[in-house]
Amino acid sequence: MSAVLEIEGLRKTYRSRKRGVRHALDGFDMRVEAGQVHGFLGPNGSGKTTTLRTLLGLIRPNDGRMALLGHELPQALPAVAGQVGAIVESPQFFPHFSARDTLGLLAQAGELPRQRVDEVLELVGLRDRAGERVKTYSLGMKQRLAVASALLKNPKLLILDEPANGLDPGGIREMRSLMRDLAGAGMTVVLSSHILGEIQLICDSVTIISLGRRVAFGPVEQVLAAHSQGTVRVRLEAVIDLPRAADALTRAGIRVSATEPDHLLLTGVDKPASVSRLLAEQGLYVSELTPVAVDLESVFLELTATAPVPGQHRQVDQSTKVGEPGSAGAGGGWGA
Amino acid sequence: MSLYVTELRRLSKRRLTRLLLVLLLLGLAGVATAFSFSSHKLSPAVVAEAQAKADADYRQAVKDWERSVTECDAAAARGEKTEDRYGPDCGRQWQPQPEMFDPKWNLPYQFDFRAEFPMFIAVFAGAVALFAFIVGASFVGAEWSTGGMMNLLLWRPKRLAVLGAKLAALLTTVLGVSVVLGAFWTLAFWLIGTYKGTTAKVTAGVWRSIGLDGLRAVGLVLAVGAVAFALASLGRHTAMALGAAVAVFAISEVAIRIAVGVLGVAFGDRFVLSTYAQAWFMKQVQLLDYDACEFTKGECKPAELLITWQDSALVFGVGFAVVLVGAFWLMRRRDIS
Repeated sequence: MSAVLEIEGLRKTYRSRKRGVRHALDGFDMRVEAGQVHGFLGPNGSGKTTTLRTLLGLIRPNDGRMALLGHELPQALPAVAGQVGAIVESPQFFPHFSARDTLGLLAQAGELPRQRVDEVLELVGLRDRAGERVKTYSLGMKQRLAVASALLKNPKLLILDEPANGLDPGGIREMRSLMRDLAGAGMTVVLSSHILGEIQLICDSVTIISLGRRVAFGPVEQVLAAHSQGTVRVRLEAVIDLPRAADALTRAGIRVSATEPDHLLLTGVDKPASVSRLLAEQGLYVSELTPVAVDLESVFLELTATAPVPGQHRQVDQSTKVGEPGSAGAGGGWGA
Repeated sequence: MSLYVTELRRLSKRRLTRLLLVLLLLGLAGVATAFSFSSHKLSPAVVAEAQAKADADYRQAVKDWERSVTECDAAAARGEKTEDRYGPDCGRQWQPQPEMFDPKWNLPYQFDFRAEFPMFIAVFAGAVALFAFIVGASFVGAEWSTGGMMNLLLWRPKRLAVLGAKLAALLTTVLGVSVVLGAFWTLAFWLIGTYKGTTAKVTAGVWRSIGLDGLRAVGLVLAVGAVAFALASLGRHTAMALGAAVAVFAISEVAIRIAVGVLGVAFGDRFVLSTYAQAWFMKQVQLLDYDACEFTKGECKPAELLITWQDSALVFGVGFAVVLVGAFWLMRRRDIS
């Protein structure tokens, strides 16, 4: 597959007398293949929006290489801009213009046919409210308008920053369906979102960023598999035997990651049947042996080290930095 | 081209533009209407009436004078001192003369198009410049503060072209408003002159002079609009232009005036912007340095300094260029976040 979006070693450094030097992007890499729905994830302040803005020519990088649709940026940006639709953070529109006026002005600036405005209004579900002033719209309706503005050009690459922000559950489902339809029609979609359940449902592949560096990337199922760590939950017929079982398993080289009152959690288990056999040989009989599936949220929290810790208040810049001792992404596999 | 047409459309659709245009129209119409009531055509009947009143005033003054002299003589005959009250010789030398009662003083005000219309061009320019300032600043300032500029740059990632198209649309609109309203303004005062004043001695040369005044007025209006636009773009907010205008006014008209007064700088007004604005409209302003005179040595002709409209063009041109080049330079360089 050909790459629609390529970023290599992207760096953006902000220097401030008050706050000193801050690396918003610290050698960030990203690659999105054609026709995919690609999730772009990261904690607040990790560099997602900076990446998108840099890619779209709004911010000048200090170093690195970027390409869109096979064209090197920023030189070729004016040439490829017509094939890239984007919303970066929630764009605001003039409150006294109607949705139709807003899109009409953009269509005119982009020399697009007027009928395209009605097509995208229909697509995002704003057809019947298109003549009303934007100031009367809810947050979700404004978000739909933003998505409509990005779709106006019928782009080959669609970049959406938090498109589900403010949408109701029905709207989120519609957005998910729209993304799928667009990808099915050959459009490549890059989706930045914090609704990780949605990303897991919609996306073919993901890139996770933390403190300006990539900590994981690849197809969703591979990222999940790489971080599932072969975790299984074991229950015994007699709870009282759990310490004996934990001891036997540890001696056999199996890692017991947690001993709960009524079960054990084992990690690094390739073949769950071997656990059953081992315990049976010790006269311990298993009543439950369940592989524990990981979801994107837990992988995200693990990779970015942003899981809440009781009694602690995490600050926005407290997340994993690739390459630092103890960082979750430094262990190889999908880590950068 | 499509971007320019889009920006023209965007500007004309803006509520503030429409509202200010209506206010401008109402303001100018109000000034012209109110002024038309204050001017009166000097018909032969009005002139004759003024002459008759002057004659009557003269006759009344002679009567009063005669009565005063008679009273004075009577008082003198009674042996009273009269000089303090009536003056020497009972004030006979103060007999009223007919030329002391000019009938012009009894005439109502009549608008003279030739002499006074240039002043009204300055009034017009001031009103349209205010319109250009607010519309220019808010057109780009609101785009920056609402994120509209970023949205537009995602569509057209050519920063200078986008800012240039917006500026061109603003200047075209302001020029159109100035020319159209200026034509109506001239017509209105020509009609006031024709029907309620005088349009005498308005030769081709006068029209040429009025045309040049109008050109300078439109030039100033366009410059004000462009500078407001550039300031708002530099500060990415409409308020930046307003703040800068207040700061320039405070520095130029207050701080510099105080400073040159305290330091005793000769021709201090040459450092004040309003002097150049005045020279721009009046073609020239003469500054006099009375401090150079020693009146104890007799009559003194104070030193002079002439500020011409060409000097104003230089001062305003340099300021205009610095702000505009700065806005485009920063647009090219800045991170948009």
